[in-house]
Amino acid sequence: SVNPDLASERQTASFCVEKLTALLDGGAEQTRIRRAVVEAIESDPVFSRENQYFQTQNERYETAVRKAVHLQKKMHEMGWTENGPEYKYIYRALSGDVAFLLHRVFMRSISVLGSDKQIAKWIPLATQHQLIGSYAQTELGHGTYLQGLETTAVFDTATQEFILNTPKISAMKWWPGDMGRSATHTVVFAQLYIHGKCHGIHPFIVQIRSLQDHSLCPGVTAGDIGPKMNFEHIDNGYLMLKNVRIPRDNMLSKFCEVRPDGTYVRQGSQKINYFTMTTVRISLIADEVLIPLMKACTIAIRYSAIRRQSKLKPGEQEAKILDYQTQQEKLLPQLAAVYAFHFINDYLQELFNRGYREIQRKNFDMLPELHALSSGFKAVITHHCTAAVEICLRACGGHGYSLLSGLPSLYTKIIASCIYEGENTILLLQTARFLIKCFMAASAGHPVPPSVTYLAAVKPGNCPAKNKLDFLRPDIYTEAYQHVAVRLISSTAAKLQDLIQSGVKKYNAWNQCTVQLVQAAKAHCHYITVKNFAETVEKLETKAGIQRIMKHLCDLFALHGIFSNTGAFLHDGYISASQMDMVTASYLDLLAVIRKDAVPLVDAFDFTDKSLNSALGSYDGQVYQRLYEWAQKSPTNEMSPAYERYLKPLLHNTLSKL
Amino acid sequence: EALVLNDPDFQHEDLNFLSRSQRYEQAIRKSSLMVMKLREYGIADPEEIFWFKSFVHRGRPEPLDLHLGMFLPTLLTQATPEQQDRFFMPAWNLEIIGTYAQTEMGHGTHLRGLETTATYDPATQEFILNSPTVTSIKWWPGGLGKTSNHAIVLAQLYTQGQCKGLHAFIVPIRQLGTHEPLPGITVGDIGPKFGYDEMDNGYLKMDNFRIPRENMLMKYAQVKPDGTYVKPVSDKLTYGTMVFIRSIIVGDSARSLSRACTIAIRYSAVRHQSELKPGEPEPQILDYQTQQYKLFPLLATAYAFHFVGAYIKDTYHRISGDISEGDLSELPELHALTAGLKAFTSWTANAGIEECRMACGGHGYSRCSGIPDIYVTFTPSCTYEGENTVMMLQTARFLVKSYSQVSSGQQVTGMVSYLNDLSRQRIQPQHVAARAVTVRINDPASLVEAYKARAARLVEAAAKNLQAELNHRKSKEDAWNRTSVDLVRASEAHCHYVVVKLFTAKLSEISNAAVRAVLTDLCLLYALFGISKNTGDFLQAGILTSAQITQVNQHVKELLAVIRPNAVALVDSFDFHDVHLGSVLGRYDGNVYENMFEWAKKSPLNKTEVHESFHKHLKPMQAKL
Repeated sequence: SVNPDLASERQTASFCVEKLTALLDGGAEQTRIRRAVVEAIESDPVFSRENQYFQTQNERYETAVRKAVHLQKKMHEMGWTENGPEYKYIYRALSGDVAFLLHRVFMRSISVLGSDKQIAKWIPLATQHQLIGSYAQTELGHGTYLQGLETTAVFDTATQEFILNTPKISAMKWWPGDMGRSATHTVVFAQLYIHGKCHGIHPFIVQIRSLQDHSLCPGVTAGDIGPKMNFEHIDNGYLMLKNVRIPRDNMLSKFCEVRPDGTYVRQGSQKINYFTMTTVRISLIADEVLIPLMKACTIAIRYSAIRRQSKLKPGEQEAKILDYQTQQEKLLPQLAAVYAFHFINDYLQELFNRGYREIQRKNFDMLPELHALSSGFKAVITHHCTAAVEICLRACGGHGYSLLSGLPSLYTKIIASCIYEGENTILLLQTARFLIKCFMAASAGHPVPPSVTYLAAVKPGNCPAKNKLDFLRPDIYTEAYQHVAVRLISSTAAKLQDLIQSGVKKYNAWNQCTVQLVQAAKAHCHYITVKNFAETVEKLETKAGIQRIMKHLCDLFALHGIFSNTGAFLHDGYISASQMDMVTASYLDLLAVIRKDAVPLVDAFDFTDKSLNSALGSYDGQVYQRLYEWAQKSPTNEMSPAYERYLKPLLHNTLSKL
Repeated sequence: EALVLNDPDFQHEDLNFLSRSQRYEQAIRKSSLMVMKLREYGIADPEEIFWFKSFVHRGRPEPLDLHLGMFLPTLLTQATPEQQDRFFMPAWNLEIIGTYAQTEMGHGTHLRGLETTATYDPATQEFILNSPTVTSIKWWPGGLGKTSNHAIVLAQLYTQGQCKGLHAFIVPIRQLGTHEPLPGITVGDIGPKFGYDEMDNGYLKMDNFRIPRENMLMKYAQVKPDGTYVKPVSDKLTYGTMVFIRSIIVGDSARSLSRACTIAIRYSAVRHQSELKPGEPEPQILDYQTQQYKLFPLLATAYAFHFVGAYIKDTYHRISGDISEGDLSELPELHALTAGLKAFTSWTANAGIEECRMACGGHGYSRCSGIPDIYVTFTPSCTYEGENTVMMLQTARFLVKSYSQVSSGQQVTGMVSYLNDLSRQRIQPQHVAARAVTVRINDPASLVEAYKARAARLVEAAAKNLQAELNHRKSKEDAWNRTSVDLVRASEAHCHYVVVKLFTAKLSEISNAAVRAVLTDLCLLYALFGISKNTGDFLQAGILTSAQITQVNQHVKELLAVIRPNAVALVDSFDFHDVHLGSVLGRYDGNVYENMFEWAKKSPLNKTEVHESFHKHLKPMQAKL
């Protein structure tokens, strides 16, 4: 039975939950397919995550390998293919708790970087799992900055082989997933040397383990890098190479080739490759970032509806913590952010699909803009959502810290997204570089890409809002965001120029402005997100109450951004001190409005209880019973040897005999 | 320190590679030894015990924490002399190991909501203890799951048919000798958490469990044999313990953040990345402005909190003297102030530790960095001993009360005395605007004034909004709830002011000129960075102009460059031993990469060269496909 405190929340929904679910899925048919995939996976005991919180690193790894192997069988059984409509839901249904994810990256890198001959040779082997691949780029001493990698591949004309080496400890490959224990092959990125000359970083296929008994190949040292904050199921690995020889054909050679005599040839355009890297940053947003935040919101909001604490009114029952303004102010903006980022993700996906079509027609004009958007949004969304998950965790009081709440695992997993696929600060600086360039171009009257045309049309003036209701007008707040973005970009550009004109070297000037540049890039992304949210709401169908509640969330997202960053809007007086009080008032009013729909809004995410794997967040709200039942299953409740060995002597005061 | 570090009995395998049960076992082993050695060395001073303990357990929680930190002190303060005779020596000798069971599954910070009952039965002169609902199960107490054989249980006392509110009872829970739970007692471990692996946080369910009347702690309130209830004299005294524990958390905030800063700053000096100048080798990442901007304000914060922690502790000791002489006048302000500072410093340190971890890039995410462990050990302090938002609202209550005293013409004293100026300002509307130009951004004392003005403005705004809500004829509680976001902001501004003020005040006490100079830079950075992160407050109140804000932002960046040469020395001064730091990235000798490799080789997944999963799963799959 459903906890009455949660049941009552569902009776007052102002909109149709099922309709909103369909909107999030991209249509009712998609919802149907997704549910079918989730049902098929969750009903299979091999995929169960029931004891996950009690397992050691070794057990988690073994389970993940078992699941990965079983998944092949399952897909065959169900008739799911990699190109089918079901495929994208499998990962979500597994909650990412499966091995061999890097195997796919291995395959993709061969498809993108390999010659036709190489693709024909390796892809079938990989598809049939005759080998297990990984992707070894990052080194112990080198991350985001690729040119700094130290692994070497020296071409030996005599034997037509590359000799791979890890010249020093900081050059050891470190972090690649599936490499610590599972992989038999990996794509190694190394500095290519021919006849003593360095040609920069290139990818090589290297076999690291025997296909017979899985032992390490000669010259190869590899293993697991040890426990991390999460990803216990993945064997992130290290790899050291000592005079490992591979045939000339193992250098992935779509773009660069080494001829038998050692001649180095470049061919084709690298731009498609560049586009692929850019796409990866966008593709992780939905599964790795938005879903964890959606789950965290679901858990925290449902729990806040059943948890009662203190009295709001004397003589009444203790109040639901969701009724406290401070609790609403923690959780509801995170809920609004989920929707804001969901819609911006749709926008980016569409833009990238268009970009892909253009690139196929050999038109590369969109690349700089796509690159800037993917870098900036990857950084802004991962950062925002990570902070949001932590807020959800801490909004659940003590029980949030129990692994059984599900929140610690969501948090420790999502935080990794701030680092992988490009460290966030570096990515924001890449976006900033693009913005400064476009700003200069726009100021000189040159055309600029669509997402930054606003930089050319700077309107002077102040915010026209007269009362607090004006701040519920999308045109009013969108323009405020635009104003701040323009101000930060233009003032940073001016500062850069001043420094350069006063004789400071260009790179030095850049380093001196990086803090501001990061702020400018964030402001740009924030503006685009608000603008896109407002435009999306406008286009939604008005029936079933969907548009109305989305409008509230859009307003909340926008006003929360102003409320938490008042200085940026007050700085040049665009918003006045008294207008800022109106923003605050409108913002706080909205909390009470959205409060009524909070539970239906998370129900619409449509997570099964198994998928949430949380004692606090289940649909029926029977939190306390579940917490008690689950705790009793903890292995720590078996009699501990600590009693006989240490406690007993301690209690019996025979310590001195120890 | 050396005593512990050189003792072979306290050595063990790297905890990162142990399972939870193993970590618990190690902790118990060390605690047992620790108790013995404390007695052997004759260490009895609480401060010395604290240091000894923190070295044995390297700043981690341990299963006897609640016995030493709550059970014994509660016996001392709340037990009658007869009860002390019965329980104290056995507890001191660890025949009795106790814990303190307050929090229930459904009830935390709001104590009056606890549901456990203790019903007095005059016929047998016993209390009957019950956990009437699932939500009333005691949940979270440390050491309860596996270690303790007694607990001080907080329960609603019923006698002669009436509820007399919460009282404390000594409840035996496990059989002495066999350690089996007693009949009527269900007890166990609550399962894995975010950190605290070595602690057996537990649950306790009682089913008509009877204890003798003499097991109620009766120094203050009493139940007579016939069931007559005798009320306690004053309840203000419990404030003292809370103030003490919160002051420890403030110190903890400083220590945990200092450890994270030490690791991140040393590693940033070792790590090289990208290109700053074309053609030159990769620079230390500590040379990047963005990296300095992440870490140096946190370094300044660690120092600031260190001084705040010391201040609260000193004030507490001073006031404790007054209290024992019956003077309670300063207690309410200190209580209100520590509530807010506990929340302010733990929130800031919590976020700061994460920022340090992220500043270490991918390697920060590995457990070998030590920062994940610092984080999970520290982060619950945002919740325990009073949930932070609730704490902020307690401080706000005091601020609003002080404000209304000022409004009605009374003077207030202490840290809130700035509110006295507000009434004067209202007579001179130009006053605030005139103040703007007088802030000198190079002068810490002048910045203290700026923070003071900000706090005053936000307290006033919150108080006025509260009044406006009340005028809408809403209930008092409703009005309070509808203003609570404003109230929290006001408390934060107040605490921020107190921190800047205490840091600034500390500078003049430093006699060494070089030390004073570098700490003055840190103090300025702390104050200016705080402004640049909250520019809206200063702009909206007209305390600073936009032009000044631009100067503040610029000055922050200049200070980063000034502090850069001293950064490593400033974390070395925290003087954390490598063993205590528990970090490969933060090693004193900076030999990071070699030692990461050595560390990883010990990972449990590396125990065999070919993992058993290969034979179990991979090989059969390859054979089939």
